[in-house]
Order: sequence, then C-alpha cells, then structure tokens
Amino acid sequence: MSKSDVAIADTGPLTFNGFCEIRWHGRGGQGAITSANILADAAYRAGFKGVTSAPSFGAERRGAPVTASTRLSAEPLRIFSQVECPDVIVVLDESLLVTARATTGMKPRGRVIVNSKRAPDALPVPEDFIVAAADASGAAEELGLIIGGAPMVNTAMLGAVARATGLIGLDDLDEAIRNAFSAKAAAKNFQAAKLTYERTRM
Amino acid sequence: MATTALTLPETEYMLPGNRACAGCGLGIAFRHITKALDGKCIFVVPASCLTVLGGMYPTSSVTVPIMNCAFPSTAASASGVAAGLKVLGREDTTVVAMAGDGGTADIGIQALSGAAERNANILYICYDNEGYMNTGTQRSGSTPLGAKTTTSPALGKCEFPKDVPAILEAHHIPYVATASPSYPGDLYDKVKKAKDLRGTRYMHLNAPCPSGWQFAPKDTVELGRLAVETGVFLLYEIEDGVFRLTSRSRALAKQGALKPVREFLELQGRFSSAADAAIDAVQEWVNQRWKRAIERHAE
Amino acid sequence: MLRKNKGARTVTTNPDVHIITGNKAAAEAARLCRVQVIAAYPITPQSSVVENLAKYVDSGVLDAEFIAVESEHSAMSVLIGASMVGARVFTATSANGLAYMCEQIHWVAGSRLPIVMGCVNRALAAPWNVLNDQQDSMSMRDAGWIQIFCRNNQEILDTFIQAFKIAETTHLPVMVCYDGYILSHTVMPVEVPTQEAVDAFLPPYKPHTVLDPAAPRNINPVTLADPRPNADGVLCHGYMELRHLHHAALREAIDTIVAVDNEFGAAFGRSWGGLYWDYLRADAEVLLMAAGSLASEATAAVDALREAGVKAGVIGLRAYRPFPDDAVADAVAAAKVVVVFDKSLSYGYEGPICADLRAALHGRATSPAVHGYIGGLGGRDIKARELVAATCESIEWMKKNTGRKGTGWVNLQL
Repeated sequence: MSKSDVAIADTGPLTFNGFCEIRWHGRGGQGAITSANILADAAYRAGFKGVTSAPSFGAERRGAPVTASTRLSAEPLRIFSQVECPDVIVVLDESLLVTARATTGMKPRGRVIVNSKRAPDALPVPEDFIVAAADASGAAEELGLIIGGAPMVNTAMLGAVARATGLIGLDDLDEAIRNAFSAKAAAKNFQAAKLTYERTRM
Repeated sequence: MATTALTLPETEYMLPGNRACAGCGLGIAFRHITKALDGKCIFVVPASCLTVLGGMYPTSSVTVPIMNCAFPSTAASASGVAAGLKVLGREDTTVVAMAGDGGTADIGIQALSGAAERNANILYICYDNEGYMNTGTQRSGSTPLGAKTTTSPALGKCEFPKDVPAILEAHHIPYVATASPSYPGDLYDKVKKAKDLRGTRYMHLNAPCPSGWQFAPKDTVELGRLAVETGVFLLYEIEDGVFRLTSRSRALAKQGALKPVREFLELQGRFSSAADAAIDAVQEWVNQRWKRAIERHAE
Repeated sequence: MLRKNKGARTVTTNPDVHIITGNKAAAEAARLCRVQVIAAYPITPQSSVVENLAKYVDSGVLDAEFIAVESEHSAMSVLIGASMVGARVFTATSANGLAYMCEQIHWVAGSRLPIVMGCVNRALAAPWNVLNDQQDSMSMRDAGWIQIFCRNNQEILDTFIQAFKIAETTHLPVMVCYDGYILSHTVMPVEVPTQEAVDAFLPPYKPHTVLDPAAPRNINPVTLADPRPNADGVLCHGYMELRHLHHAALREAIDTIVAVDNEFGAAFGRSWGGLYWDYLRADAEVLLMAAGSLASEATAAVDALREAGVKAGVIGLRAYRPFPDDAVADAVAAAKVVVVFDKSLSYGYEGPICADLRAALHGRATSPAVHGYIGGLGGRDIKARELVAATCESIEWMKKNTGRKGTGWVNLQL
C-alpha cells in the first residue's frame, strides 16, 4: 500500500491502518454522492485495492440533508453494511455541522473537512477532532461551476480531502474526475479541486 | 375495386375440422383475415375463442404461426414479436395481435394503450362477440346494454359498451377500422390496407356468437348484417384521423334509412327479457352515434 | 504497485477496472452480451440498469431495440414475444415490479425461453419500502426459473454473462439476484471484460424454435394432461410430461451452472464457486450461511469469531433454484451447526434457505444442526457484529438444549 506523497506539514497524513471510512454530508443536489464515488475511484487509482462508496439509501430530496460514505481498504472489501464510525467527514454545507450533527459517531481524532470561508478554529466542531476548512464554494464560483444558480462544490471539496487526509494525490483525483466527466467538464472540475487543495487550511 | 366472394384468393389458412362452435362469426372473420395476409404473418393470441379454434396440442387447425400469450399481454407480446423481427431483419412478416373483447376492452386495455402510444408496428384485431363467450358468457366492458349474461343474469347489463375504436383513435395511430364477417369483402380489403401500413393499426370486428347471443347458428351472417343495417355496429375506417363510413354503412348513410334496433335485438335470446326502456335506450344510443358518424363522414 | 512522487504517474492499476455500481455492472454485462431487445419499466432500485441501457441504445453503443413499456407485465410480455422469434432479450426489475409480472414469470418458464432478468432485491409492499431484502425473488422461487445470487458487483457482471450461457444451454430462464442499494447503488472496482473476450465465451443465440410463417407452429396452445397423438399419429407429451421435462432440466442445470462457471474461470481468470462458495470451511464447526452480499459480510463475522477462538466458516449460496441440495449438504456435513441467515421469510414457517437446507440434510446419517435467523428485512442494516452475536447465541443454545431451535431474528426491536 503506498500512501500519497501529499502531506500537510503541521498535522501529517491521516493515520492509516489499511482501512478508512469517510462520510460525506451535503444537501440533495450538491453532488455528495458523485464526489464520494469519485473519491473511491481516485483511491483505487492511488493503490487501495478495496474501495466502495454508497449513498444513504432511499429517496433523495433536493435541499434535504444527505450522506454518502466512502470506504477504503488495502485489501478488497467484503463488508457492505453502513458506515457508523467514520475516520473522516466531509461537510459540503457548514450548517450541517450543527443541524445534522455531522460529527456523530466519528472516531476520536477524526478529521472534519468543511466547505467554509471561516478559519478551522472558528467552526462549531468538538475539540476531539482535527478540522480543515476550504472555501470550495469560492473556488467553484471563480471557475464558473454554477448549476441552477448554486456553486457545484462537490468536486472542489475533493481537493480539500486530498490535502487534509493525504489519502489520495492530485494526479489520482485528476484521473478519477476524468473518469466521471466529459473532457471539458473534467478540466474545470479538476481546476476547482486544485484551487481548493491549495486553499485548504488546518 | 372492392373485393367480393368471387375475387377472394382461393388459398385457405384455416383447416376444416377446427374447433370453433357451429356458426362462429370469428371463424368466418379469421378465414378472410388470413387470406388478406396471404399467410405472411405471425398471430399473437391470448386466452380466447381463437385459442379454442386453433386446436389443442399437438395438432393445429391453422397453417399460420400462432403464439399463444397471457390474457392481459396481447399487444405487448405482439410488440415484442415485432421488435424481435426488426432486430433480426425479418420485417416482411406482419405481426397480428388478435384478441376478443374481454382481452381487449378489459384485461388487455393497458398493454394495448401502451403499444398504441409507442406506435408499435403491429396490427391489432379485436373480434368483439360482446362478452366472455369462451368461459361461458360473462359480461365484458363490450357487452351491450340490456344483454343478459351469466354475470348480468336478471336485469341484463345496465351500462353501454366501451367504444374501444374511439379509445384507440385518441392514441393518434395511423389506422383504425371496424369490420364485420357479414361483409367479408370490406373486411378483406381493410386488412389488406392495414397490412401495408406501419405502426399500430387497430381493427374492431363485430363477431356474432350463436351460443352467447342465443340465436340459431345458421343466422350468423344475417345477424351481422342486421347489426350494420340497424346501426348497432357501424362500418368505418379512420385513416390518419380522417373518418369514412364504408361498405353497407356508407350506402345507408346515403339512403339515410336504418332499420329499428328492435329487429336486431329480438332475434337474440340474450335480449328476450329486455325492458322496452332498455330497447329505447339502445335505439337512442344508436341514433346519436349515427348522427355523429354522418357528420364526421368524409367522402 | 509502484508510485512515483513527482511527474508522470507510475501507479499501475488495471485500466479495465471501473469503479461502478452493481446496476452499472449489470448494464455493462447486458451490453457485452449483445442483447437485442430490452423492455423495461422503472422501479427503484432497478431503474438505473435500464437507464444505462437506454443510453447505450440511444448513442449507438448497443444495437438493440429498447422498449419503454407501460408496466412490468408488458416488459416481460415484450421479451416473450421477441424471444419467441429468436432474439436475445433482457430486463430487470425489483419487488412489486416482479410481483406484477408474476404471471409472465411463469409463462416464460413454461415456454422454456432463455430469458435473463436482473432482480435487484427489494422489500415487497405493503407497507411501502424501497430498501433491500430478498422476499421478492424468493416469492418466485417455484416459478421454474434458475435463480443465482451475487455477493459483489464483479460477480454481478460475471454472473449475467454466465447467465445467458446457462439459459441458452438449458432452455431455462435465469434470474440474477443482487441486493438493492447494498450492491445496486454502491460503487466498487469491477473489471469490465473486452467485447472480444465475451464474444468468444458467448456465441450468438441459436433458438431451438422460432415463430416463422415458413414453418408455421402453434406455440403454447391448450395442452391436455394426458399425451395425445399428432396428425401423423405420433403420441406427444401431455401437460404433466412437459412439467416433468421442465423440472428435469432444472435438476440438470445444477451441473450446467458449475460447468459454465468453470468455463468462465478458464476464459476470464475469475470464477465464483458455481453453486455455492465458502470461506474457511475446511475445519469449521460453525458455518454461517446466506445468499448475496450478506454472505460476504459474514466472512468478516467469521474473522472475528476465529479471533475469539470459534472455528467458524461461511457458505455463500449462489444457486438457490435449482437448489444444490447434495452439494450443500456435503459441504456442511462436517460442521456441528449451520446458522442460516435469511433476508426473507416463508410466513408461518421460517426462512426459505433454512427450510431448504433442513430438507436437504434430512435422512443423512450425520448432519449438523440447522439454526435459522431472519434479518435485514426492509433494509435493516446487518453488521458483522450482529452476525457474530447471533452465531454466539446459537452456540450457547446448543450447549443447553437439544432438538430444534426456533427461528431467531437479528436485531429485532419489538
């Protein structure tokens, strides 16, 4: 199992024992499921033999809180039950930190990666966790990733995940994004991820 | 030039000794339909009198292929046959879905509506003997007002029949027609015309049934004629939305003289105890339909 | 696996591996099998199977007729018609959709048509529930289809390819069953074989009977119980003989399922165990048995049980109909107890897999105890630790009791 070369100096890469669970929190229509799937693809490209990603099962309503979970493993995965105790959560809409109690069930010292203009220590996250913040909405807006009047933050946030966990590298992300979108859309989405990667603060 | 008994092709696709009842209107119709298709067809048939006519395994009384299908599935099964023939490059074969009125107006209406909406490349023929005759004369959505059946035993049916050709017309399909085995030339010509069109084509046949309508088997053709001459059954076609009366109905429209419905009804045991009010209601129903038909008729 | 830190990528992952859902894997399989007619009606969680296929047909990737019918009954009717004239056909459904096509499920089997259908397992209403259990396909177990369960998305893709070969060899329809959402909506790595490889494995469909005016036949007319002579005086089968032949074909399919899986293994380098698969079975005293993704989850439970000193193993059932009675009975013979987890229920009795296993073991000189558990109904999540708890409960029960243990329920909260 190789790990990404990308590490963040002050916290180091995520402690990884061959198994990692990441839960995504977004609102219906924000693309949490798509980015959870892209993360699985990128992780496979990065060398994880076992990757799965699944939405919270059932009907999805635009605007309502949704979750999706990505599970990564050094070995092919045999379990498909729902993720209960994630190592990492990715929050596309910071209001969900409070209203959806996004950190529920998280492992101690888990990472909380939030789409926010605010500094990590200004976010309402319990002290047990390591917080990273990135203005994915800003990056998406700068690149014109607007659908239905709202910035598409999901792919941008993948840059923050790469930066804050070290689980995947930007080149893995580039490849996975290209697998998910047309060439033109992929370029723009990757740019947003890269920009967000650079702006991630911990 | 309209086809007559003298100009019909001689090849038979329906063998003697088939299992239809004596005097079966469907039998006469099926014989002319298969002649018009010249045998280049696949029939899709649900549970119905036509299943019985075709015979029991391992013998068959017809020399065209028949695929028996589940009762509600006729139009869908036929559209599957058509799709299969298309992908296999065998589109020279006409796919004919042929079902009774129960299999069409009642249990088969959903599949028929779906196929018509998709404009599936099938010719759908409903032979309307106005009830579930194969299972012992139960009421169907096509049973006329006043007719006694085993499930409308005392008063006779209290509702008018569904106008299935009108339902199909509302699907904007290329061809809708009615026909009667008592006017075999007209029937033959309409099937021939429908055969050469593409998309969903719907034909509705009046099929007098001696056992279900309770008349003598020798009178089948006479009953079919009276149905048309009293206006209870109209002969017409709707091609690309244009309505035309045909054959005897067209001639009657020119003469403007339908016989009273009582003359048709009183020959059938199923109307023997129909109240005068019921017969008057049927007459009024006929009058209204006839008036609309004449208004719509385009020469 | 290599990786360079800067510049060009040197991680060598298989480019034919795609991270896709079970539904996408099913659609890819149908595409690779060059299905010619697809008819379908939307139902959750099946819909994206046929949405993907509609996309392939519309974009010209797949040369097929896609028919968006008005009901599941009509979906199967279309396939019956198309199969009767010799086309290779496909559909998928779930739950109430399967129930709605029930009449045609029987019709297909009685017609001996090699139709392949995906059943994306979902709970049956009422009340409404769109999540996973296996009551839908189980309720069709006696219709005369082959039913094969899959444990992950790779197996879904591979099993569909196998299914067409099995169907066209045995003249029996095959229902490929996989868990709704748990597999249908979960992405995972799936190696998608090349068209050339699939073409080499699966030759074009050659029907044994075709509806054709050049050789008219009357197919499926009224058939009496007793044999009758044909026009040449030759005695032909009655209805009961036809049913016997159908049943015999299903029993023979037990060998075909194994043979096709082996052949697939030789061609693609992956096989799935044929009738069933196992995990740490050799010395197991306790076997956990299930069908589908739950059997995969059970392997994690077995790891935990082994760590706790319990000699446990897994039997994952692939073929449910025909039921591989001898093979499974032999496989579990050395165990002390088989704990069967059913995601469906024969109401008023017990789980169907459990009941079938008991019957398969009946009359054998030595056989393990069989304990049945019901779990996962309506999408209730089952975790490996819950499988461990149920297994431990069974072991404890064995210490104190003899005879037949009643059906247990996993994580029931009355």
